Amino acid sequence: MRVVVDYDLCESNAVCMAVAPEVFEVRDDDFLYVLDDTPPEALRAKVTEAALRCPKQAITVED
Amino acid sequence: MAVPSSIVVVGASLAGLHAARALRGAGYDRSLVLVGAEPHRPYDRPPLSKQVLAGTWEPERTALAGAADDALAVDWRLGVAATGVDLAARTVALADGTSVAWDGLVIATGATPRTLPGAEGRPGVHVLRTLDDCLALRADLDAGPTRVVVVGAGFVGAEVAATCRGRGLDVTLVEPLPVPLGRVLGGVVGDTVAAVHRDQGVDVRLGVGVEAVLGHDRVTGVRLADGTDIACDVVVVGIGVRPATGWLEGSGLPLDDGVVADATCRVAPGVVAAGDVARWAHPGYGERLRVEHWDHAIAQGGHAAATLLAGDGGGEPFAPVPWFWSDQYDRKIMLAGRTAGAEEVRVVEGSLDERRFVALYRRGDRVVAALGMNRPAPLARWRARLAEPVAWDEAVAATA
Repeated sequence: MRVVVDYDLCESNAVCMAVAPEVFEVRDDDFLYVLDDTPPEALRAKVTEAALRCPKQAITVED
Repeated sequence: MAVPSSIVVVGASLAGLHAARALRGAGYDRSLVLVGAEPHRPYDRPPLSKQVLAGTWEPERTALAGAADDALAVDWRLGVAATGVDLAARTVALADGTSVAWDGLVIATGATPRTLPGAEGRPGVHVLRTLDDCLALRADLDAGPTRVVVVGAGFVGAEVAATCRGRGLDVTLVEPLPVPLGRVLGGVVGDTVAAVHRDQGVDVRLGVGVEAVLGHDRVTGVRLADGTDIACDVVVVGIGVRPATGWLEGSGLPLDDGVVADATCRVAPGVVAAGDVARWAHPGYGERLRVEHWDHAIAQGGHAAATLLAGDGGGEPFAPVPWFWSDQYDRKIMLAGRTAGAEEVRVVEGSLDERRFVALYRRGDRVVAALGMNRPAPLARWRARLAEPVAWDEAVAATA
């Protein structure tokens, strides 16, 4: 599983961070940091949920 | 109850689409019909007041149902509104005179904008809810109006005002309440939103309603309740919505400013509801709520689908922390929780002056909501935290 963020779309709404804080972190500079772009399979449900709930639909989960 | 032999989802927007996705995701493999009054496949509404209205996005970019949704094997019935439901026969009547049978029904018809009496259908007067609304308004903005009057400083009105200023148009924002978004955000935060708009050159008129729309055919201005006339070529009315329940009247389903559902989102045996149209019993707040937010439609669409598959008497209570965002100029406003009945608002991070802050709302001895302006990360944390009771004293002491 690979997590890809389209930073042209991302507006740092931090919804992903609320859903999957192990993978996504919006820091005090208001930018999104992907902490782990190949997260373990155990996080698939959370990462998929984060992608679904992103208001900008900026997150893609590959494979 | 056995798995429904056929499910009809009425409403082909965010809640309906996510109900359909959740049904298929849960393994439901029988007949699934999605009925939509609009001719379009599901699309995303937030960009309609921003990127699409600004002209920076073409409408195609708002499409929600992608290639993956083709695999959902949905029987799409688009461009045809539902006109009634027969609970005994288990059918939904459609505007084209046909009807469709269901064994499980998802009500997700959303809401329709309120209009100004006497101004409906007047050239130059717009509401903004659908893609077609947006394109009609955009065409009028493309014609280069001398001034746009936005009636109602709720979230849609405030975003439209911001987008029109971004296009270089002169804008007057008229709001009958003394502060914009006052009912939701309270005085001090609402004042800050008003200040943001004034700084951007919007003529903000608060505490005054619109008495009449002027002009014989096409609008030429508005008359305010204080007697002032404002000349304009375009009026955008953003004074809230009504849940779209007209088609359910006389059906026997409970209606009260929405279709009334229990904590699991069930309305009646085999019938669930989700999104703007649903007033359900939120177990955490102990009252029935109707929530009009984007994220809520996704979550409740999925939840209602699960309840439907769980069978009558089954299903889990739905108890989300309401959450939404609004983009105006370079400010991002986010609210988690519920401000209704709040007795105090306190800024705990940043300041109103720098327009980058977190404010907490108190009711009794609890924090009931958190609002952020350009503070997305703390709001994400507050949203998670507000799922459990949070003591006010502790929360403000921790941030002092």
